[in-house]
Amino acid sequence: SGLSQQVIIMATRIKYICRHQDEAYKLGLSLSFRQEIMKWNGWGYSDSRFLFNKKGQAEFTGKRYRLSGLILPSLKDWFEGTFGANLQHKSPATVSQVAVAPPNLNEPFIEDLKAAGVAASHDPEDRVFRAHGHCLHEIFALREGRIGRVPDMVVWPSCHSDVEKIVELACKHNVCLIPYGGGTSVSSALECPHEETRSIVSLDTSQMNRILWIDEKNLTAHVEAGIIGQDLERQLNEHGYCTGHEPDSMEFSSLGGWVATRASGMKKNIYGNIEDLVVHIKMVTPRGVIEKSCLGPRMSTGPDIHHFILGSEGTLGVVTEVTMKIRPIPEYQKYGSVVFPNFQQGVACLREVARQRCAPASIRLMDNEQFQFGHALKPQVSSIFMSFLDGLKKFYITKFKGFDPHHLCVATLLFEGDRGKVLQHEKQVYDIAAKFGGLAAGEDNGQRGYMLTFVIAYLRDLGMDYYVIGESFETSVPWDRVLDLCRNVKERIVRECKERGVQFPPLSTCRFTQTYDAGACVYFYFAFNYRGLSDPVHVYEQVEHAAREEILANGGSLSHHHGVGKLRKEWMKESVSGVGLGMLKSVKEYVDPQNIFGNRNLL
Amino acid sequence: MLKKRDDFEDILEERRRSSDLRYALRCYTPTLYRGLVPCKASMLKSIVLQSDHLQYVIKQVSSESGESTEGVSEEASLILDEMAHCLQLSTIRFFAFTLSKAFKRLFRSVCVNEEGIQRLQQAVQEHPVVLLPSHRSYMDFLMMSYLLYTYDLPLPVIAAGMDFMSMKFVGEMLRMSGAFFIRRSFGGDKLYWAVFSEYVKTMLRNGYAPIEFFLEGTRSRTCKSLTPKTGLLNIVMEPFFKGELFDVNLVPVSISYERILEESLYARELLGIPKPKESTSGLLKARRVLSEDYGSMYVYFGHPVSVRSLAEGKINRSQYNLLPRYIPQKPSADTHEFLSDAAFRLVRIQEENMVLKPWVLIATLLLQNPDGLDLSSLAEQTDWLRHLALAFGAFLDWPDHEACSEVVSCSLALHRHLLSVSAGHVQLSVTDVPQVETTPEEAVFHQAVVVLSCASYRNQILHVFLRPALLAMAMQSANSNRKDDVYNGFNFLRKVFSNEFILCPGDSVQDFEEACYLLMKRGVLQVLEHEIVMSASGHSTLAFLSSVLDPFLQGYQVVCRYLCEETNENLTEKEFIPAVRSFALKLILAGNTCYEALSSDLQKNALAAFLRLKAVRKLCLFTFLFLCHTGGKIPTQKPILARL
Repeated sequence: SGLSQQVIIMATRIKYICRHQDEAYKLGLSLSFRQEIMKWNGWGYSDSRFLFNKKGQAEFTGKRYRLSGLILPSLKDWFEGTFGANLQHKSPATVSQVAVAPPNLNEPFIEDLKAAGVAASHDPEDRVFRAHGHCLHEIFALREGRIGRVPDMVVWPSCHSDVEKIVELACKHNVCLIPYGGGTSVSSALECPHEETRSIVSLDTSQMNRILWIDEKNLTAHVEAGIIGQDLERQLNEHGYCTGHEPDSMEFSSLGGWVATRASGMKKNIYGNIEDLVVHIKMVTPRGVIEKSCLGPRMSTGPDIHHFILGSEGTLGVVTEVTMKIRPIPEYQKYGSVVFPNFQQGVACLREVARQRCAPASIRLMDNEQFQFGHALKPQVSSIFMSFLDGLKKFYITKFKGFDPHHLCVATLLFEGDRGKVLQHEKQVYDIAAKFGGLAAGEDNGQRGYMLTFVIAYLRDLGMDYYVIGESFETSVPWDRVLDLCRNVKERIVRECKERGVQFPPLSTCRFTQTYDAGACVYFYFAFNYRGLSDPVHVYEQVEHAAREEILANGGSLSHHHGVGKLRKEWMKESVSGVGLGMLKSVKEYVDPQNIFGNRNLL
Repeated sequence: MLKKRDDFEDILEERRRSSDLRYALRCYTPTLYRGLVPCKASMLKSIVLQSDHLQYVIKQVSSESGESTEGVSEEASLILDEMAHCLQLSTIRFFAFTLSKAFKRLFRSVCVNEEGIQRLQQAVQEHPVVLLPSHRSYMDFLMMSYLLYTYDLPLPVIAAGMDFMSMKFVGEMLRMSGAFFIRRSFGGDKLYWAVFSEYVKTMLRNGYAPIEFFLEGTRSRTCKSLTPKTGLLNIVMEPFFKGELFDVNLVPVSISYERILEESLYARELLGIPKPKESTSGLLKARRVLSEDYGSMYVYFGHPVSVRSLAEGKINRSQYNLLPRYIPQKPSADTHEFLSDAAFRLVRIQEENMVLKPWVLIATLLLQNPDGLDLSSLAEQTDWLRHLALAFGAFLDWPDHEACSEVVSCSLALHRHLLSVSAGHVQLSVTDVPQVETTPEEAVFHQAVVVLSCASYRNQILHVFLRPALLAMAMQSANSNRKDDVYNGFNFLRKVFSNEFILCPGDSVQDFEEACYLLMKRGVLQVLEHEIVMSASGHSTLAFLSSVLDPFLQGYQVVCRYLCEETNENLTEKEFIPAVRSFALKLILAGNTCYEALSSDLQKNALAAFLRLKAVRKLCLFTFLFLCHTGGKIPTQKPILARL
């Protein structure tokens, strides 16, 4: 049962890879198998996408998700109504592949690499695939066949010692290394710096994907850092365990990437964020390997060296192996949802839940716009009875309880644990919700809310087919400022769009995805119809920039878990103070004086 | 240069045609703020008392004073009772009826720019609104509420001085029409400040009603705009700084009167005849004013100014991130600078939108010609001045298709009580005082009342001429055509007069360039790269301009001379005004200076300027002034004394 199983249907595994010395270099293509089943200029799997069929109805293709193969009757109206878009006005991707400049190869490095037996490739497709993350501007450019500097070659280490060899050779031949995990970055972290004149090598960790051991006494697992989230979870499940770390990108993002960006998982209330989950990290740097000498659960040995690694965004080295906490798979999982008359009440409820420290595994709160969006993604109901039931529910909430459909908002919940405790916990949370005018709205709504998380990224590609562009960004903010921040940022987005000539009001919506003792993590979704704009991406970036300024002015953080990359670098000093930045710089200077890890993120 | 300005509509026209009673009882459905949190006046009090901010300050005060928190809370509650308005529609309706009657008797017309009203209607819906009217008369805020009622806009709550409260019945009436009362001074009183600021902020944040207050702090007795105060401005901006509001719209409103009700009252006050304490019986005696003709009144609602755009790039809002927002925080240095700059800009907008009548031009000319003018020459000069004023961007309401002489004689008729007209000769003079049995001193005072009354009209147009006039004066005294020298002189005069006129601190280069531009455009000057040259035809304009400021220069000279010649080592602040006054009186009797030197407003401004320029030093708060005699200590002082 549970989310992981509904979502993770994919069973594609990279097969055993022949690492025979002579064949290695040629084998580049078969090594990069994962990219074969994924879009090169959009999100996720090639077979899964939203489209409007001939009847003008939206459907989601493929078989991988719960929504796959279903018709979504209300999406078209929502889409056209919200964005002023029109199915007649299409803006499909214009190219099927993108041309890149010939690679700037460092021959002596390649020679040594071959001698060391590390797989590599300079095939254009391999290089393009690893030249970007999933920022709007990156994908938008790809669809138009544009791309900036791309890595000159890709290497696939298959274990820790391969990485050691690569880093050593890179230092020897002064080659720039950019670690690549799942490629789901949304901070321009994977973009190759234009000013880089050395040969750029993308270090793809995807072949370092094994669970090396599981220690049931200490409940830890030692895992290679290239493993993708869903693989890690599934393989642990086979042994009866899980990590419980489920970031929204877990289908594609890697363990090493989580460590490098300080990732946060949906169920952090039970399992913790990545920094709480790691027990031991091994990282290869130009200075050598950094790691702790034991697996003690906590240490007082000066500043925690893990915190130099966590969030280092590939600027210091490559994370190769991680020892993580694991937990037995929970006996019982239950979704839930609560409808509140308005956003303020919903926020007050979440605050109370956090105060009482009784948050379920996950608790999220969507604002009204997102609630309506969620509704638009309701699949066609199979029976008259169901549609009657839906109508009845709606009648009860809006007419009987007097909730204004333009103000109400929804919290989605996920409880985990042994059955008795889950039910007890559930009651506690619903009782608190009731104090804030919340009405229980069923398991189904809750489950659909979480499913949305995984398909929302696919929707951006649909939008881009019809002149709609958008993205999400996040922050964390203290409780007392949360409402003001949400209102101001949403309004700022609307206003900036208007000032920059966006013809139709944008979608500007937010939701709470995490609660903490002292605050919450807020996600903003922002999208608009760009017809009539000559440079939509520039407009988009200006608006996002303004929104970030607004976040910072309202007491929000620069990032909760996406990281800084190159996209938010300009605010680093303001965020951590000049001294703070200086500290980080001096660490970089010591660890990597040649700037081998030259992606220029963060600092 | 000349901005397109909105058209006006006379709201009394409708009042003269239909029933006042029906008007007072009509259906009133104002446009509302979209983020409005509905709440009653009584609930407002408990929200304020329960607020985190006030609770924090109560605890703080209690721990500092040793008084129990209950005691301090009780005190806070009493302060709030004394302060709070209790806006009632019924009272507004009562005023709508009575004021309709009164206005119709007092004024020929009350003109409002309808486009401004439409803009306000928009602004009211989008963000909380702060109304910032100019303040020339008691009429101002009654008129504001009356207008907002007329146009179906939300009724404002108005920050009023405590002195109104002493009028028993009227004070309560005003309270019920939305006025809330603040003590004139509460410098160190933390609790008072907390109650007051929280009260205003709560109304603003909830969108309870537009907040109305006077940037100038009090009625201007001279009709010149007063140096703005920033305390309340800070209070209404803070919710934006702290992210509690997305934005706040500030709406400057310019209210001008063709004839001011308090005209001679102000002049007497400036001459030291004490202001009668506001009392209901005093107000009843003032009924006499109802029988006179006060011409037209103009209300211009300016473009809403967004605090967000004002603060863009000037205020770093993240400075508020590290302290819980309920803990009061003194504004930082750059916030202070921003507030002052914003306040000055807003007052300048008020000035620019102030409607000027032909009489203002005539008054200016009559003051410059104490011996009077022939009607024909007055008409001619008025016409000349009119063109100059228009070229400088004055908002002049000149009747269309009317001969200049016609316009002049109409104006003279309205203001006949300040004039004597005989055989085609016009002169400022005392008309209604018996000429017999007066001492020379009394005669001076009688004449001074007329002069100061007249000056209050000239003062209305000063902002139009101010910058070119400062330049004209600087050129006169520079004895050089070098641009640098002229600029230095200009800058010096600007500094000396910055308590007297609205001159934004830090704008000196801008002001200088504006002055150059205007005079160049008029063909008075040629501005070369390093030189400023007067053109052949420019003399009369420059002469006119410098004599506009002449009375002020003379007045400052009198104060200077008094400080240099008459005082011994120490002088208390209390003694200063009467002493300067009698000194000026002597000079006037000797024919050595003008009547305006008697104005206490000018004398206070001069002293403040000398204090600011460190020509005079305050020794002990409110008691002694020690004069650094100008002998060489303050080099900048020399040229002005020499020039004076």
